Amino acid sequence: MSIRERLSGNEAAAIAMKQINPDVVAAFPITPSTEIPQYFSTFVNNGEVNTEFVAVESEHSAMAATIGAEAAGSRAMTATSANGLSLMWEMIYIASSLRLPIVMSLVNRAVSGPLNIHNDHSDAMGVRDAGWIMLFSENNQEAYDNLVMAHRIAEHKDVKLPLMVCQDGFITSHSIENIELIEDDKVKTFVGEYNPEQYLLNKENPIAVGPLDLQGYLFEHKTQQAEAMKNAKKVILEVAEEFEKMTGRKYSFFEEYKMEDAEIAIVCMNSTAGTTKYVVDSLREKGVKAGLLKLRVFRPFPAEEIAKALENVKAVAVLDKSDSLNAAGGALFEDITSAMYVNKKRVPMVNYVYGIGGRDTKSDDIESVYNDLAEIAKTGEIDNPYRYLGLRK
Amino acid sequence: MSDLIEIRWHGRGGQGAKTASLLLADAAFNTGKYIQGFPEYGPERMGAPITAYNRISDKPITIHSNIYEPNYVVVVDDSLLESVDVTAGLKKEGAIVINSTKDAEEIKKYLKGYEGEIYKIDARKISIEALGKYFPNTPMLAAIVKVSKVMTDEEFLDDMKGSFKHKFAKKPEVIDGNMKALELALNSVERI
Repeated sequence: MSIRERLSGNEAAAIAMKQINPDVVAAFPITPSTEIPQYFSTFVNNGEVNTEFVAVESEHSAMAATIGAEAAGSRAMTATSANGLSLMWEMIYIASSLRLPIVMSLVNRAVSGPLNIHNDHSDAMGVRDAGWIMLFSENNQEAYDNLVMAHRIAEHKDVKLPLMVCQDGFITSHSIENIELIEDDKVKTFVGEYNPEQYLLNKENPIAVGPLDLQGYLFEHKTQQAEAMKNAKKVILEVAEEFEKMTGRKYSFFEEYKMEDAEIAIVCMNSTAGTTKYVVDSLREKGVKAGLLKLRVFRPFPAEEIAKALENVKAVAVLDKSDSLNAAGGALFEDITSAMYVNKKRVPMVNYVYGIGGRDTKSDDIESVYNDLAEIAKTGEIDNPYRYLGLRK
Repeated sequence: MSDLIEIRWHGRGGQGAKTASLLLADAAFNTGKYIQGFPEYGPERMGAPITAYNRISDKPITIHSNIYEPNYVVVVDDSLLESVDVTAGLKKEGAIVINSTKDAEEIKKYLKGYEGEIYKIDARKISIEALGKYFPNTPMLAAIVKVSKVMTDEEFLDDMKGSFKHKFAKKPEVIDGNMKALELALNSVERI
């Protein structure tokens, strides 16, 4: 029987880490993810985990310490947000290129500047090409479940890539909500032991980690990373299937909410998907055939599967909680339009940049997007595909 | 969606409105409900106006925005009436509960003709009597439970006793005072 609890998103992430009981956690506090290492250090202090907790002096060092720990052959985790991730940036690429399956909790927050501590996805979008698997979470439950599945995906021999689990800063990280926890022993069995094939502290099989890699080899090594990212798709589904057997909770690349007969659809990630479900339900009561595609797996990007899921709708809006400042559109919009084009699906698509710097996204805002989509579905006309939602007039 | 109850708290930093919203979420959770409890984070300073929210439902709650059309509003500090539009969006089938010693006419002056039920309670008097100090959040928590009827008085008191035992494990001497504050508050909410 699962355990009925009420926890904030940060508490949920910390509890998942406790149940995973990694060898090493290295972290530096930054709002809104501070509580994760704070709660976790309490577990360390109380002897509830065997983890070596490294209280580093910066996020760059946090990532460097987890890289060192993983390279040595241990299981390492960290948590951060926004500028903390920015400071890790150099080491983020090194973690993935060394094929170290580090797991990070990223509590999404706007990257400065100007200084803002609230939620958007600019931190995550800044590392979307860094070779990390990126999972997004609608609520505390998904932040928890994604972490429980994380090591199984990241450490798989066909993958060996670092993984970050994203959730929305404050909106879910600091909101108390119901959650179903899995028993400690079940999580322990599910996550299993980490037995890397190669690691620095194996004196029987000495290896070098991170040597110079010039014109003759870097290209091939990068394609190996790319191949691992493709392999991750299969592994993500296998792990989800096993997770469903344990919990009854179903996960895939994305969740299709009332998409079977949907004529208009929104694509978004994290907590806004919950608000969108609420709006879809109320529109359905009025006979509007609205649907939602909530993306969970942003990297690897399930291009073909998304194109298939959206092929029959008459208009799609992609919501980006980060502006790419490129005079063309947000990152998610560009990925999805490209997926549609390459897979020969022609559906009118429009982009809304929204929720920047913690601007609250109301159900009315989401409803206005569906109203726009209904109009686009009727006329097929889109005067401006790159729009803002919730911007003050 | 009629089973969804939405509550908005107005207080000042340091008065415990956030804690009260989390305690309410806890208590409702313990009666089997789906809950949300979350503050609106701004620059956090002692005395600055703060807002906190609760959603309580028999069904899972997916919406993740602030609350704009609450069923109930709790005002923890009546000096906010002058500066904050406390009845904004408040449903007229709902109610507002205000910690105040002002008379009915004066309170109503600030409420922009709000047509729903208006309740007041002297949380300062209760808190001083029960705790010897001014912690308005405990009486206000009891007041909103009484007015919103999200649970019975007995369920609420039983649950809070458990919460206080846990919360004040290191200073059990304050548990009785807090329980007394809740009981006094349940019996002194007054409709005006």
